[in-house]
Amino acid sequence: MSDVPWLVLMIAVPAVGAAVVAALPAAREALARQLALAVSLLVLLLAVLTTIAFDPGGERFQLTTSVAWIPDFGVEFALGVDGIALSMLLLIGVLVPVVVGASWRDTPPPRPGRPARSMTAFWAWLLLLESLMVGVFAATDVFLFYVFFEAMLVPMYFLIGSFGGPNRQYAAVKFFLYSLLGGLVMLASVIGLYVVSNSQLGEGTFAFDALRQLEIDPNVQKLLFAGFFLAFAIKAPLVPFHTWLPDSGAEAPIGGAVLLVGVLDKVGTFGFLRYCLPLFPDASRDLAPWVLVLAVAGIIYAALLAVGQSDMKRLVSYTSIAHFGFIALGIFAFTTEAATGAVLYMFNHGIATGLLFIVVGMVIARGGSRQIRDYGGLAAKAPLLAGVFLLAGLASLALPGTNSFVSEFLVLIGAFPTRPVFTIIATVGIVLAALYVLLMYQRVMHGPPRGVLLVDEDDAGDGDTVRPASGGTGATAVLEAPVRARVLAVRDLSRREIAVVTPLVALILVLGVYPQPLIELISPAVEATMIDIGVDPGGSTPAAPGSTGTGGTD
Amino acid sequence: MGAIEAPELSFAALAPLLFVFGAAAVGVLVEAFAPRAVRHPVQVAIALVGTIGALVATVLLAGTQDVTAAGALAVDGPALFLQGTIAVLGALSVLLFSERALDPARSAFVAAAAVPAGSVRDRELATSERVQTEVYPLATFAIGGMMLFTAANDLLIMFVALEVLSLPLYLLCGLARRRRLLSQEAAVKYFLLGAFASAFFLYGLALVYGATGSVRLSDVRVAVVTEGGSALMVLGLGLLVVGLMFKASVAPFHSWTPDVYQGAPTAVTAFMAAATKVAAFGAVLRLLYVAFGTADWTWRPLIYGLAIVSMVVGAVLGLTQTDVKRMLAYSSIAHAGFLLTGVIGLGPDGTGYGLAATMFYLLAYGLTTLGAFGLITLVRDGDGEATHLSQWAGLAQRSPLVAALMTFFLLALAGIPLTSGFTGKFAVFRAAIEVGAWPLVVTALVASAIAAFFYLRVVVLMYFSDPAPDGPTVGVPGLPTTIVLAITAAATLVLGVLPGSVLDLAESAAVFVG
Repeated sequence: MSDVPWLVLMIAVPAVGAAVVAALPAAREALARQLALAVSLLVLLLAVLTTIAFDPGGERFQLTTSVAWIPDFGVEFALGVDGIALSMLLLIGVLVPVVVGASWRDTPPPRPGRPARSMTAFWAWLLLLESLMVGVFAATDVFLFYVFFEAMLVPMYFLIGSFGGPNRQYAAVKFFLYSLLGGLVMLASVIGLYVVSNSQLGEGTFAFDALRQLEIDPNVQKLLFAGFFLAFAIKAPLVPFHTWLPDSGAEAPIGGAVLLVGVLDKVGTFGFLRYCLPLFPDASRDLAPWVLVLAVAGIIYAALLAVGQSDMKRLVSYTSIAHFGFIALGIFAFTTEAATGAVLYMFNHGIATGLLFIVVGMVIARGGSRQIRDYGGLAAKAPLLAGVFLLAGLASLALPGTNSFVSEFLVLIGAFPTRPVFTIIATVGIVLAALYVLLMYQRVMHGPPRGVLLVDEDDAGDGDTVRPASGGTGATAVLEAPVRARVLAVRDLSRREIAVVTPLVALILVLGVYPQPLIELISPAVEATMIDIGVDPGGSTPAAPGSTGTGGTD
Repeated sequence: MGAIEAPELSFAALAPLLFVFGAAAVGVLVEAFAPRAVRHPVQVAIALVGTIGALVATVLLAGTQDVTAAGALAVDGPALFLQGTIAVLGALSVLLFSERALDPARSAFVAAAAVPAGSVRDRELATSERVQTEVYPLATFAIGGMMLFTAANDLLIMFVALEVLSLPLYLLCGLARRRRLLSQEAAVKYFLLGAFASAFFLYGLALVYGATGSVRLSDVRVAVVTEGGSALMVLGLGLLVVGLMFKASVAPFHSWTPDVYQGAPTAVTAFMAAATKVAAFGAVLRLLYVAFGTADWTWRPLIYGLAIVSMVVGAVLGLTQTDVKRMLAYSSIAHAGFLLTGVIGLGPDGTGYGLAATMFYLLAYGLTTLGAFGLITLVRDGDGEATHLSQWAGLAQRSPLVAALMTFFLLALAGIPLTSGFTGKFAVFRAAIEVGAWPLVVTALVASAIAAFFYLRVVVLMYFSDPAPDGPTVGVPGLPTTIVLAITAAATLVLGVLPGSVLDLAESAAVFVG
């Protein structure tokens, strides 16, 4: 079974799917989304099969494929995964079908006076994005990684720019330019690495395994590190390179936002772990304190900003920035436990925040407004919606019993022995997380009924069942209610919506109590990374493999 | 006084030049003697035969390393590679010139250039279907001059080639059928500034001759090695570079570029942006690498500075443009800076990747920019081409295909991976970093990011904005433009995805004779 080029298939299948969907006439929207769902489920299946074919105890990079691509530059089309990359592929496999389901009834943004845009393009871009996301995690050639890294911007740009909220143009351009600037600076470092390899090995190469062996002068290392770091810090994003994310997260369509925060941004933290640490170990060690300052500042600062948001999508975006601070803390603490926690965090955050975004999207689909103040008391009429909202929120604030707890806890206990001060400050972020999540939940779901979903009682008879989202026009102003009583007209979760949230809810609960398989998948790769940077995986953290036991304490 | 001996000429090695100049001469005769009805197809055919014949000849000559015409002409890898590139770009430009389906008057060129703009006769002719066909011999002469320019092994020949390529271009710029005053203004501007630049070149030539006693590049090299750089020679080199940089539209010698690109007929702009740049850089490379390759301490700081100025000026001023053609003009200035980044990549002893990288970049950029200008000819309103950016709003809804192609070309110009622009940028940046030009590459990357903004702005306009109610229409191109767009788009993709063989070719060709 290991002869099957699983990774190539995982890239090719959604790419071909995207081409087919794009070729469909605009009128065949229904067929387009069915195809998108089918293709994304097929990729999920491939991801699962890939995981089965992968031997956690085997070599670091498995399922490798390598074909010469541009021999003049020493570039190879080289794919391969370690446990870390594989966990990200699984995350992609899970999230994309869910996103397809969640976007099933999405309509393109209204355009006054003209027929609405067809959604066919949305599905095509989504599948293309999936293909490129798989590529970026599966590449083992730095040049190839860079190509996927940059090419990924294009579908996301169109997803935000064509199908996003009212301010989508601004958000799309900001997203593209920030990422492009980071990418270009990284390109300088990529070329620098090539030149170093050319002088040391006598032959320029971009192969990760070869580059890992280089002995680079510490000062050169710092320069090259800075190039990679900037790109990843923008992508992840770390404060102060984060300002694009709230705009993009708020304006992107829900499906795009889930993938943006859930997967795309993980490329940044993945890049820290895969490229910054092993390729530039000395620079990483020297500069780690500064990175940790950014990480911890991000945890506190973004959490404080999240508390103050009135727009639900912006709020969720800010919570993500805080979470990325935790992940960066775990990575740059240089202990196996913390790094394992960080990788686990990357996976869990994709699930938990993905669910939170999707539920927020469901609320917005009902009311047509992103503002918290436009909602209130929904729980009474829509208990399921409220329940899932609460669960997603609790997972986001890392309550014990949810998946995020395991990872956050691992990061904190892993980082404490080496970086006690940073860890203690970071802990404050947990308190703030409870604040922003619960405040949002309470205002939207509880309290007296209020907001855009109120209708006069006379209309309620038919409005209660038939009235769907009011087309997303965002009419937020509600006139003072006359004397007549007004009631909330809100549907609870439909069958489709239940089907969409169920897998994520299940993963949150299962991984909350039994994270072991995932930890076993990623810990060999994390240990290998720690060896690369000269940290003895067993030494500084005596209970390294046993640390997985801590995950099971809840 | 002895008899003047005719120099040895290797006609085989000169076949590409002979093809093009022959076609140009025949074109002039056709213009004089053929009846009006058949002139257009005949002229197009002759120009295409000339350029494609030249291309075939360069392919057949591949591998030649020869100096001929008493040492005045070099037929070597770079010359042939760039001559082939110019031949391809020239043939494609001729196809753009011959497009007759777009303009209601059947041609983008004025019916009678000598008639004063705005006169009664001019208004009559503006709507007539009469076409003037002297553009084809003119363009063929320009192509010939460009090909000669890249092969000139002698400063005098280089100057002659400069004039042969420039004079037809000045005329071509003034031949637009619509907005004639703008077109004529462009022609005059280009002519005056071009003459000025030629004078600089000539003065530099004289000083270098004074310093070294020869105009032959190989002799100059010997003199540079033995005598070192005298003040006279350095001054001469500086002036020569100024003259060449003008043609290559490198800032700060770029001031003509936006006006001329905007005023000239778009097909001619495409030709200038693509082919002239190749020719000018061919001459720059030959002058710096062959004649002054051993004295890189003299020119390296100069080129370094010019590259930075050009990239920054192109990228920053491009941001403020509201006309698509002017925007691409500033893009061309920025790209000239990126090309100079490649020129810097000359290692010690003539090694280094700079030559191959620059040549590849020239090919990639030429094809992409030709395609982008070709698309501009399609977007029209009642008054000819609609080049104001605001008119491009919502184009994706009117014509998804044109918008998608334009987006692709713009992404290539911005240097996004999987397009030829990225491969080219990577090649020149690598060449520059290999010789330690870190700061230059970082500047180039920042400039790329800035420039990406104005390319993106067009994409945003086309896709995310609402079209104006009285917006332009997208013309249905005839066969020639379709061929051009198909070839340039395919090349932009192939050179981005599978550039291996062309990179190999450039690398194997990157040896100067001399």
